[in-house]
Amino acid sequence: MTNEELKIKLTELVPSAVFEEGGEWITAFVDASNWKTIAQQLRSNEDFKFDYLFCLTCIDWKTHLTMVYHLTSTIYRHSLIIKAKLDRNDPEIETVSDTWRTAEFHEREAYDLFGVKFLHHPDLRRLLLTDDFNGYPLRKDFEDPVNMIKL
Amino acid sequence: MSDENKINNGFTKVSPPTGGGDKEGAFPGQVHPTAGGGILVSKLDEVINWARSNSLWPLVFGTSCCAIEMMSTASAKYDWSRFGFEVARATPRQADVIIIAGTIVNKMAPVLKRLYDQMPDPKYVIAMGACATSGGPFFYNTYSVVKGADHVIPVDVYIAGCPPRPEALLHALITLQEKIKSGATREQIKNGIGN
Repeated sequence: MTNEELKIKLTELVPSAVFEEGGEWITAFVDASNWKTIAQQLRSNEDFKFDYLFCLTCIDWKTHLTMVYHLTSTIYRHSLIIKAKLDRNDPEIETVSDTWRTAEFHEREAYDLFGVKFLHHPDLRRLLLTDDFNGYPLRKDFEDPVNMIKL
Repeated sequence: MSDENKINNGFTKVSPPTGGGDKEGAFPGQVHPTAGGGILVSKLDEVINWARSNSLWPLVFGTSCCAIEMMSTASAKYDWSRFGFEVARATPRQADVIIIAGTIVNKMAPVLKRLYDQMPDPKYVIAMGACATSGGPFFYNTYSVVKGADHVIPVDVYIAGCPPRPEALLHALITLQEKIKSGATREQIKNGIGN
């Protein structure tokens, strides 16, 4: 499916989606509150069939956090980017690890480095840092006077 | 010819080895040829240092990109086994030198210390590349990189570069060999052997 058709079909599925222009793939901002149903639709719907989540990450804009999901379909070979804005003080979003299994590790990493809580995740704990690490290092306001020497 | 044969009981005379104590890299000590062989005169420390430096077995320890350069030094084109680093051991119990090729992060530091403690004396350390020397490109603004492997274990030779070329690593290995022969490594100074 081309980008235009994808945009139309996506607006049918999620009427409140906001599209961002520019770039090779369509970028759609969705609401974090009904992300679960949207994700399941994206996976199972015959038009979309997005069965490969190839990147799950988080961006820290200083006022809020944004979750970014990169999806592609191995059947139709089209790709899509979904972004969801999260509140900085209480970042929570539904997990997609039961839709795409790879999200288990990616969400653990996002929890580890940004502090985003994934609701109903089967095993949410730190992945890369040590278990007793305090703080979330990839946030912009992370301070570590012992290790970090500011340039 | 017949006189020499009589002296040597009929065997053909073989010239004895001549020690070259003043030549570079040659076996230290002087050989005084006598009938039936020769007598080697040398300082025992010099012989031990010479033997140790020419047969250092490195421990396989590559954490980052410098490991690629170390691998290419070990392989056919640059080949460090010309210098005696023939066998790279996977276990620290059988290794002499640990070449820290790569970044040391906070999680890796106790592992590095444990490997160093498991190596038997005499042991030597080479810090390869900018990350192992001083933290390298990760010196500023990082929460996880140890700023130099010498915060964890004592280092004998530092190599600059990011990553250093295989020739630079070979130069460092030769420098370590010369350091051992001259008795100036940390371990030798601590034990008072060598010079």
